[in-house]
Amino acid sequence: MKYEYNKKPELYTPIMMRIISKRDLTPDVRFFQLVPKEEYKHLDMDYKPGQFMMLSLFGTGEAPFSISSSPTRKGIFEFAIRKTGKLTDKIFELKDGDMLGLRGPFGNGFPIEKMLGKDIIIVAGGLGAAPLRSLLLYILDNRELFGRLIYLYGAKNVDDMLYKPDFVEMLDSDQIELFLTVDKGNEGYEDSIEEGKVTHLFKYITDIDPANTIACVCGPPIMYKFVVKEILKYNLEKDKILLNLERRMKCGCGKCGHCIIDYRYTCIDGPVFTYWDVIHMRELI
Amino acid sequence: MRVLKLAKKDEKKLYSVLVNFGEVWSPLPKGKRFSYEKIEDPKDLVLHEECIRTILPVKKFLMPSDFNILSFTPQQFLTSNEEIPFKVIVSVPPCEIHAVNILTKFYTTDYVDNYYMKRREKLIIIGKSGIPDEYCFCHKTNTSIVEEGYDLFFFDLGNYYLVWVGSEIGDDIVRKGSNIFDENLPKDVSQKYVEFRKQKNNSFINDVELEGVTDLMELMYDADFWDEFGDKCLSCGQCTMVCPTCTCFNIIDDLELNKELGHRRRYWDSCQFKDYSIVAGGHNFRESQAGRLKLWYTHKLKAFIGHFGSPSCVGCGRCIVTCPVDINVPTVVKKLKG
Repeated sequence: MKYEYNKKPELYTPIMMRIISKRDLTPDVRFFQLVPKEEYKHLDMDYKPGQFMMLSLFGTGEAPFSISSSPTRKGIFEFAIRKTGKLTDKIFELKDGDMLGLRGPFGNGFPIEKMLGKDIIIVAGGLGAAPLRSLLLYILDNRELFGRLIYLYGAKNVDDMLYKPDFVEMLDSDQIELFLTVDKGNEGYEDSIEEGKVTHLFKYITDIDPANTIACVCGPPIMYKFVVKEILKYNLEKDKILLNLERRMKCGCGKCGHCIIDYRYTCIDGPVFTYWDVIHMRELI
Repeated sequence: MRVLKLAKKDEKKLYSVLVNFGEVWSPLPKGKRFSYEKIEDPKDLVLHEECIRTILPVKKFLMPSDFNILSFTPQQFLTSNEEIPFKVIVSVPPCEIHAVNILTKFYTTDYVDNYYMKRREKLIIIGKSGIPDEYCFCHKTNTSIVEEGYDLFFFDLGNYYLVWVGSEIGDDIVRKGSNIFDENLPKDVSQKYVEFRKQKNNSFINDVELEGVTDLMELMYDADFWDEFGDKCLSCGQCTMVCPTCTCFNIIDDLELNKELGHRRRYWDSCQFKDYSIVAGGHNFRESQAGRLKLWYTHKLKAFIGHFGSPSCVGCGRCIVTCPVDINVPTVVKKLKG
């Protein structure tokens, strides 16, 4: 019996990345910029918005993280990481110049080819702005390839809003129709950030052409139902609503089983699913 | 295909031929059951008349229950270059060979898993068709006959074994053992073969009927019996450990005491464990045991068909003899049929 070996020996073997800078986005979310160590620079590490990578730390372990940077800005990999467990606690102790292991990219990512020329509605909740930043930057860097760009972002409070200065500044841009909200307490930002759930922002979105629009959603599990309900009011087809979902993952390549939903693996067939998938697969949202 | 015979009087010489090709492993008694063990004494190599259901299936050779996939230092990750010895596994029943074929399909889809493939290439499978016991139901999963995936395959036809050659290595083995493998088949071989098949087919007792279960999994997804099973289930995960087609694993890092070297371990995990689907922040996508049971049975009886064209249950009966609270494919199918 003859088998073909995987041509990428690094499937399970991370390559080493150096932290070149980091800053706090919120009290518990930190933004990391990584570049490959010299000997790995030749590797083709192209990726798509919406894909994820497995981050490894010596002696602590490995977990999946969405890529926050855009493939249009090559060379630097960016991640927004929330301090939420053993591995991320350790990642928060790292200093500039420290090393992390990285493998991937994995997952399907957003179907950019099908989105070209379309109007794009992006809806982010909380940390969902991290993976959607990759898509946002991709569209902004290729602005002429897309139609309208509408971005709705809801966070718990102003302290928990990711990339807040960037977003507030972007409010004046004519490249994007951007609306921001927080559940409670917009003191100091009354002019730029509303109060209320992200679903309240849909009232500003009018004149949607359902045949020519694709919606991309990412946020906490509870958010999807309510946001999808709002999007469906615009008569978008169910396979034009894209949801970027989260699951536990150990391998990233369809083997360990943890991310399985029905017969599909979030790491292979996702993490970007359509609302049509959601209706036909139990447990998806 | 090459077919030969091995006279039963020469059975004891089989070991001396096989040992030229690698370590010889075969079922040996362990308590009241059997386990694939390394054969050191040629006398221990016994070809049983019945199908031998070992505690753990052949998957233990292909995806060890716990092994290092990488080592690492603070500076770099090092891919394991572990030498895998050739192993000759003797007396593998047809259902288990089907299971290995399913594993191979699974491990080569989307991404090829080199850890599995390295071991598969070093595994020589000597299959044997045996007489089923009361738990076997491979006749209902279409896995009682096997066409590929073995190197040699034995049928017990009275005073000799009929030996099918299924691969180049199998051919090498019969050449090496030209003193015991004989190409001259008796005239009545087809009659004997038909008799054996008849005897085998008539020996099946387990009459679980799998017809339509794929649709029934869908129709009965919200049925109350899942909660009854969920209340009863101990979440011990033994069903997944003994299942020849279960593949889930977990990965963790271990540091050596000097903290300069570490190892990334991959070990069997179970979708029946509560923490299986927990994500960062503590959200559990499968909180209830009933939900986790549904995942397993959906995967075995329905989902795998969507992905690979056949169910991933091969009817080996391990879940029946292993589950301490009687939740297994036949009892679930019975409930599905109402």
